[in-house]
Parts: sequence; C-alpha cells; structure tokens
Amino acid sequence: MAAPRTLFDKIWDDHVIAAQGEGAYLIYIDLHLIHEVTTPQAFEGLKLADRKVRRPDATMAVADHNVPTSDRSRGIDDPDSKLQVDTLERNVKEFGVPYFPVDSINQGIVHIIGPEQGLSQPGMTIVCGDSHTATHGAVGALAFGIGTSEVEHVLATQTLIQAPAKNMLIEVNGGLGTGVSPKDVILAVIGKIGTAGGTGHVFEYAGSTFRDMSMEGRMTVCNMSIEAGARAGLVAPDETTIAYLMGRPYVPKGAAWEQAVAYWRTLPSDPGAKYDKEAHLDAADIAPHVTWGTSPQDVSPITGRVPDPAQVDDSLKRAAMQRSLEYMALSPNTRLVDVPVQRVFIGSCTNSRIEDLRAAAAIAKGRRVAGGVRALVVPGSGLVKHQAEEEGLDRIFLEAGFEWREPGCSMCMSMNADKVMNGERVASTSNRNFEGRQGKNAKTHLMGPAMAAAAAVTGRLTDVRQLG
Amino acid sequence: MEKFTTLTGVAAPLPIINLDTDKIFPAIYLKTIKRTGLSQWLFQEIRFRSDGSENPDFVLNQAPYRNAKILIGADNFGCGSSREHAPWALLDFGIRCVIAPSFADIFYNNCFKNGILPIALPKEIVEELMEDAKKGANAVMTVDLGTQTISRPDGEKLHFELDAFRKHCLLNGLDDIGLTEQKAAEIGAYEEKARLARPWQFGMTQRGA
Repeated sequence: MAAPRTLFDKIWDDHVIAAQGEGAYLIYIDLHLIHEVTTPQAFEGLKLADRKVRRPDATMAVADHNVPTSDRSRGIDDPDSKLQVDTLERNVKEFGVPYFPVDSINQGIVHIIGPEQGLSQPGMTIVCGDSHTATHGAVGALAFGIGTSEVEHVLATQTLIQAPAKNMLIEVNGGLGTGVSPKDVILAVIGKIGTAGGTGHVFEYAGSTFRDMSMEGRMTVCNMSIEAGARAGLVAPDETTIAYLMGRPYVPKGAAWEQAVAYWRTLPSDPGAKYDKEAHLDAADIAPHVTWGTSPQDVSPITGRVPDPAQVDDSLKRAAMQRSLEYMALSPNTRLVDVPVQRVFIGSCTNSRIEDLRAAAAIAKGRRVAGGVRALVVPGSGLVKHQAEEEGLDRIFLEAGFEWREPGCSMCMSMNADKVMNGERVASTSNRNFEGRQGKNAKTHLMGPAMAAAAAVTGRLTDVRQLG
Repeated sequence: MEKFTTLTGVAAPLPIINLDTDKIFPAIYLKTIKRTGLSQWLFQEIRFRSDGSENPDFVLNQAPYRNAKILIGADNFGCGSSREHAPWALLDFGIRCVIAPSFADIFYNNCFKNGILPIALPKEIVEELMEDAKKGANAVMTVDLGTQTISRPDGEKLHFELDAFRKHCLLNGLDDIGLTEQKAAEIGAYEEKARLARPWQFGMTQRGA
C-alpha cells in the first residue's frame, strides 16, 4: 500500500511533469493570476524573445495596487501609476489574456476575486507575482507567490521549476472566544513560530478551529502564511469549501461540477500522513492581538505591554527590537491600550471581504470615529462593495464618520494615493507592519477588522471586548 | 543572464535580522515598468536621510563599501514581498552574492534568476564573515562557484552547499525558459493527461462568467 500522503503531497504529485535536474522538478500551473505591478517586465521579456502566452485560458488579469479608491471617473492622476495600469491593459490585449477592467464590478484585489469568482479551486496549482497568493490555499489549492522572472516563465510555458516544499502542520483546536477573529489566530501562530518559522515549508491548517471557520476566515489565515515564512498555506477542502464554491461564475457546471467535486473529495491528507514540522495551539488561549513592532512576529495580546529590549539576550534580536521601538516611537512597558492612533485602515487582501466589513460595521454602528482620527474602509472587490451597500454597511460606516471607498489594495502598501501621512500611527487590518510600507515613517499596528473599528471610535488601540 | 563563475570583491556587513524586501526596495518605487537602473532606490529608507542626502551611518555609503560586491546578512534575509525589484536593485548596485544564515524562499529563488548567488551558511560561520566584512578595504573575499568555496581575507577557504541544478544554471548563465522549452513534448503530454483528468480547468478563464 502506498504511504499516506498529505494534501500538499497529493497536489504536488498531480502536477509534476518531469525531474529537472537534481532537487528540481518541472511542475504544471493550473491558474496564473496577474496584476499590473509585477508583470510589465515579464511581458517585455516575452516580446523580446518573440514568445506567446501558452495558456491565456488559464490566466486572469486585474489591476489592483495602483487604482484610485476615490472617484474613478477622473482616471488615475499619478503618471507612473497610470503607466503601469495602461501597460497591463496593452499587454493583456496584445497577448489575449482575460482581464477584469478597472470599471468592472468584478474588479478587485487579485486575492479577493480569485475565490470570489470561483477561479481558485481545490487541488489546483495557483501562482501570482505576489507573496499573498497563499490566500487561495483556503480552498485547498497549492497557491504561492513568485517573482517576475517566474511570471514570465509561467506565461511562456505554464510551468515552473520548483524544489518540493516540506510539510508543516499548524493545528488549532477549540472555539474562538468572543471578539476573537481569524486574524487573531494567524497573528498568534506567527507570534508563536516566528516570521521565519515556516521557511521551506507549506502549512496545512488543521484542527477544529479551522474546520469550524468560514471560507473567508480561512482566507485571512492562509493569506498571512508568508508572514510566518511559508510560501503557501492550505486548508483541506470540505463541505464548507464545496458549499462556498457552488454556483460561482467560473466553477464547472452540471456533470463537470460533479466530476470536480469527486476529485476534490480525494484531496484531504490521508490518516497517518507525516509532517516534517508541527505547531499546536489552543484556541481558548487566543485573545485579540495587535502588533507593536515592524515585523509581523512582533505581536501581543491587546492586554499586553510593549516589550523591553533589555530583557532580550541575543544581540541582533535586541538591536532589531530597539530599532523597531525607535521607529514605532514606543517606550518599553507601555500598555498597548494606551497607544493613540491617528489613522485606521480597514481593507487589504487579508481583511476586506464581506464578513470583515460586517464585523467592523457591528462596532461602528451607533458610534463615531474619534476626533483627530481618519478612518478608511476599502472593500476588496466591486462585488464586496455592492453586497455591503445592499446590506446598508456603507451607511453605518458613513454615519459613524468612516470614509467608504472603491476597491483596491489601497493603504496596505500605499502605491495609490492612499498614504499614511508622515509619522502617523495607523490601526490597520493589512498584513505587514514593515517600516515605510504604509507611507513615510508610518507606524503600523496590525489587527483584525473589529479591533480596527474599535481603535477608530476610541482613538487608541482598544480591546474590542471592552466595547461590548 | 550573466554567468557566475568566480567573484572577488569587498564584502559589506549588514547585520539586520528579518531584512524585508520593503527595506531593500520600498513599495512606492515599484511603479517602474523597467528592471534596470533600480539601484537609486536600493535601501532607500536607511540609505538616505529625509532631505535626500546620504546617511553617512549606512554601510554602503562608506568608502570601501560603495564598491561592495558581496553582502553579509543575518537570519531570514529578504523576507516579505515577492518583488524581484529587490534583487534587480542589488544587482544594479553591483552586489552579486549575499551570504546569510537563512533566506526567505521567494527572495532566494529570485536571486538565481538574476545571476546573484545567495549562500546560506551556519550562523557561527556567518558571524565570523561578518567580522571579516568589518575590515573595510581589507574585507575582500573571493567566491568560487565551481569549487563551492569562499576565500576569507586571511586566505582560509570555506565550503558551501548548493543544489546541483541551480549551480549548473548559474555557472552557465542559462535561461530557465529556454531550458524548459526543451521539455515541450513532456509538457504537451502532461496537458493531454490533465485535460482528461481535470477537463473543467481547461478554457476556464476564457469561458467567462
């Protein structure tokens, strides 16, 4: 009998075309998502070598990083942003690649629209020139970020040269406490294993916490796998996955749907499958989390305090913490709930789906954004925006003093006009708190959507459980 | 891609753990549609002061290290985004080799696509090389890919490990796409098999909503 295999092993085995020298394999890519930032140089390379896109029918393009989230009828003001979006539009036309235009209701952040449209399906290999491609692992696909040279390689050959990853099990069991969100689960995981804890590995998220989690929650978790060093994170497809995908625009219909579902049901890891590494957490121990530093591993329950570098033995780690606290303008031992914020950003491929907006709106309802705070809500796609408006969430946000915007990556990395002003502190539902990422000297605190809304209405980092 | 055979040059010390790609190449400059001339934005936030002048404390602004060809880094070098602009900017500055105890996966891959050799060595050894790199004009090392050795300034030779396939491509400056195209028959055969096993995946994005 064959050895028991993990979900990752099964997808890998189904996609190996040939060995490509020692330690390297040629693997097939089922879906290639592309956006405007990491593709211009790849298309240029194709043109120079007179190559075509091998599988336009397995490729989907969208512009998300550079698009304005304010009124789009005026076009894009910034000439460099405009050039990048125009370049994508020219390339998809020239190479015959399907594209969701900026004015389409289907436009949105590439990692939001993949699952939303049913493009991302269990058992697929999915790549994109973007490290948060791990998001699509929530449907049970092997999805990972690649560089631009690899984007060109996939466009030309629909394959990639890869070394097999190792398997790492992330097991969390138990129900989440009141006010605790999937974002808190993944922040707790990153805090436990560190930002390089998953390097060389693919995560499989297992245990009752993930079984009981919605698809959107699983996407939030998988999205930040890269923040723990793993290129991909997977959740085994189950009834929740199948129910989520059924009826979405790009999933198969009729007999093909039945055939697909039968295949998907074969994918979960076999009993007794071996993992190279494991981490185990108990959901009952997870409180709402916020980051205090400039690496996603710099994370603490909101009830905690800013750590003291003097307590750190390793000299490089101490230096990194000192630099972090200096950049963040935080003193050791400060209570996190005493830290004021000037900005709030609710959005990004981590937390801009309808459930995220509902969670934030539940806190915003009947309250007001605190004086001196500017708060932005940026839905992940045109469809999310439309649904939120159907549910009246836009009214709740606007009445509370939040700004309600058009979909895109926005202030997560500030490639468009949505920037944190010099030195401002931001409560953000995005995925990275790196120096300068949200604007020059921007001080980022990562957290879940309800926590960010709570910070908006109080003007400081807040334990959402205290707001009731 | 330029071949990598041997490299002799000054090694610059960069003892920052979890050095992320936003720090190597800030997001705001990702708006370029080119892959050349990117060194002007390399390490922008730490290399320049807010008035645009050079920060004299940053190692690559100091005399012997302006011509550095090798970086000695710390754990989890290149974590974060998949942006290939990070290795493009390093290459444009003249860096052809990065030595660190560990690398983030995507950055590590991206280096090989651009003729940059990332070398992972045990922490204690990197710490010794970090001390070597602090010797300014005397911090000259030679990296020989063929023999997989690093020669320290005092002449001592250190061995490093590397996948045979990656070594072969780098030594010969091989274009990955060209190599893969030689496997066209295998790719075609795979597609025929996949079309039978998972027919719903074919024509998918063009089928439309």
